[in-house]
Amino acid sequence: MSASAVPSRVGTLPPLPDEQYGKAYDEMFSSRDVARAHYQALQRTLLRLDPEELRRSQQAADLTFLQEGITFTVYGSKEGTERIFPNDLIPRIIPANEWAQIERGLTQRLTALNLFLRDIYHEGRILTEGIVPRELIYSCKHFRREMRGINVPRDTYVNICGTDLVRMPDGSFAVLEDNLRVPSGVSYMLANRKVLKRVFPSMFQDYGVWPIDHYPQALLATLRSLAPENSPYPQDPTTVLLTPGVSNSAYFEHTFLAQQMGVELVEGRDLLVHDNVVYMRTTAGPRRVDVIYRRVDDDFLDPLCFRRDSILGVPGLFNAYRAGNVTVANAIGTGVADDKAVYAYVPEIIRFYLNEDPILQNVPTFLMSDQKQRDHVLGNLEKMVVKAVGESGGYGMLIGPHSSQQQRDDFRARILAEPRNYIAQPTLALSCAPCLIDGEVESRHIDLRPYILMGEKVTLVPGGLTRVALRKGSLVVNSSQGGGSKDTWVLRADDGDGRAPKLADVAVKGLNGKGGAGSVATSGAGS
Amino acid sequence: MRPPRNYFVRAFKRDAGMLSRVADSLYWMSRYLERAEHTARLVDVELQLWLDQSPEAGAGRWRFLLEALRTPAAQGPIDPTVLVDSLVFSRRNSSSIVSCIATARENLRHVREQCSSEMWEQLNRLYLDVMDSRPDARPEESWMLKSHGFFRAVQEGAHLFQGITDGTMSHGEGWQHIQLGRYVERADTLACLMGTHFKRTNMSADLAADQVVESAEYLEWVGLLRACVAFEAYCKAHTAAIRPLRVADFLVLNPEFPHSIRFAVDRVNAALHVVGDLTERKAKTPTRIAGRLRAQLSFSSIEEIMAGGARAYLENIRSECAQIHAAIHQVYFDYAIEGELAS
Repeated sequence: MSASAVPSRVGTLPPLPDEQYGKAYDEMFSSRDVARAHYQALQRTLLRLDPEELRRSQQAADLTFLQEGITFTVYGSKEGTERIFPNDLIPRIIPANEWAQIERGLTQRLTALNLFLRDIYHEGRILTEGIVPRELIYSCKHFRREMRGINVPRDTYVNICGTDLVRMPDGSFAVLEDNLRVPSGVSYMLANRKVLKRVFPSMFQDYGVWPIDHYPQALLATLRSLAPENSPYPQDPTTVLLTPGVSNSAYFEHTFLAQQMGVELVEGRDLLVHDNVVYMRTTAGPRRVDVIYRRVDDDFLDPLCFRRDSILGVPGLFNAYRAGNVTVANAIGTGVADDKAVYAYVPEIIRFYLNEDPILQNVPTFLMSDQKQRDHVLGNLEKMVVKAVGESGGYGMLIGPHSSQQQRDDFRARILAEPRNYIAQPTLALSCAPCLIDGEVESRHIDLRPYILMGEKVTLVPGGLTRVALRKGSLVVNSSQGGGSKDTWVLRADDGDGRAPKLADVAVKGLNGKGGAGSVATSGAGS
Repeated sequence: MRPPRNYFVRAFKRDAGMLSRVADSLYWMSRYLERAEHTARLVDVELQLWLDQSPEAGAGRWRFLLEALRTPAAQGPIDPTVLVDSLVFSRRNSSSIVSCIATARENLRHVREQCSSEMWEQLNRLYLDVMDSRPDARPEESWMLKSHGFFRAVQEGAHLFQGITDGTMSHGEGWQHIQLGRYVERADTLACLMGTHFKRTNMSADLAADQVVESAEYLEWVGLLRACVAFEAYCKAHTAAIRPLRVADFLVLNPEFPHSIRFAVDRVNAALHVVGDLTERKAKTPTRIAGRLRAQLSFSSIEEIMAGGARAYLENIRSECAQIHAAIHQVYFDYAIEGELAS
């Protein structure tokens, strides 16, 4: 990176001089000097800004995060385990047409995965027909035999999903991971927007950006729509958020969501089960609980049924669940569908249940249980990303190009010992976007995690968490591994000019009923 | 036809009460903070009295201090620096000032989203300040002499927290549990402190006669008043002539002074009534016990109390406090679920 890439020169900024970013898709520039249509207004704003002001704004933003305690916990590090999630001020912009495709693609994918989960926990048609090998499912760490034959409300197993998308060098989006268990990060999506609006209102001026503030309401509505039929108040179910407790890495998010939804934040010891009904212990006596938004993994939910040494869970919860007296969201056993080896079959799963072609592609994936694929991967380890199938959060990963010989040998041994437990993918050139690094604008790799809610209906809040690999050249965006995040804008228009008359209609319908083209752009920036 | 009487109420259920764990944490947070403040004040006063004293009188004093703080004393001679260290900084003593503040903070940390952020920030700041002033590196002697500033900071930090709590938190059920914790602890510590004091001063003759105390005992009684932040308030009511009977009356039965037993018990009572109403609990054991204690204090005279044995009276207050605590715990925090659902 040329050292003098200061913000004032953003317009002529050579964004991709670096070898490492050469192959990647650039979110902002279509060629060396020309910004894409939907980034042009942002480019003009950045050019207008004094570099000093940009720096001050970044400081103001960091301070806000610190003061509001928007932090996460890092496991396994000795010094202070609470950190701020680094935030980058330059937004990532997605035009309307691209978002529409993402929306359709994710809805299709999640619909199919829910049908898949219902199927494998009931008839198992897809296994009988040999589309997905039976042993793959039954050997999956997150497959729960206990769920066989249990019906879940509205037949949706995955109610809250945060799919990781990456953009391929050709500009198309592909799914990197389906996070179907307890995806986190949505609070950062909301916090990024709030902070950016506060420190940089001017950036919003030229854009019609869809608001995302209604996410907590949408989440609550989704949870409430899952009330069990046996509830004495099906119209007004008591909903709680179950957290593992203060030492969990996402505890901030749990408190934040509980507060925003206006529901109780409970720990396992607050809940108890009597006659297959779940109650929470309040000072006014036991209060019946209908819907549990759990942020606790399956393993720890119920010591009578899953891990016996768990003290985070609620003894008897599973029986209450089986009796249909309480809803647990996401359902138990969804992890089987985001197993990284099952992931390879998702395109087939979509074709099987929906009879459609997948809208969003998979990333090419090699299964280590297959002899031929394994040999290929072991011969090219330095070019591959190897992942343990049941892990998440960037733990248990080998990044071939950035690994040492010893690490590769280590993984080779592990793969050979437990082939079913690993998959490999070619190292992807994630797309890159301009970020503010130490007061200068530089390119960094990013991905995208939109959040999908599925209850009575499917809700996608137009936005998501764009994670940034802050280390130069790094491909790892996980917060636990030195990643940061930035605000994600979904535009009402294709080209970023929110004042196009055609789009005013969309805004009028969608937002406040006020006509006039000018109100579109301001409604995104205001409030 | 008219709908049944509570038809509209029943269309939406009413959510009375709060999570027991949260109430429990708030209650204990408040108790620990009150205890830290009390200990700070008491040790501060003792250290100042120590300066005025002949060395031989010292040893006995420390035992009384330990007793007044409900801390079991070790056998053998007591080294004042070690003793103060164990009362102030030791983490092995769960009632030392540092332990109390750390525990209070830990309790609040678990229910952070239930209190205002200002409250959390203040308690956290107090905790960090206290941790910072540990004299590990410094010679302890000089710390003892300069300790007044430290004890003041603890008391002020606690007062500030109390003010922030009153000013920024909804005075709902959670706030009432904070009141309960503070005043149950206060009634108990006051009763204990006064019991110890009566034990060490030769009181009976003076008390009965309502005499002004001799200069030798004068400092003790002023110390007691100071330990209850009551010296100035007492002087306003009874002038600076220290009469033990009036001091006892003031600290036990005065309804207006915040560090009297009567005042604390009144507050416990009021808070229990509000909590009882808010939670619509049928079981009223805590209210009953607290009401009984309150009536006892309202209709006693100090002469009767002295005639019947002041120490026994104070012991009884402490046992009632323990019962109130147990009843609160049992009714609101840790009830048996089967019994609740059956009724």
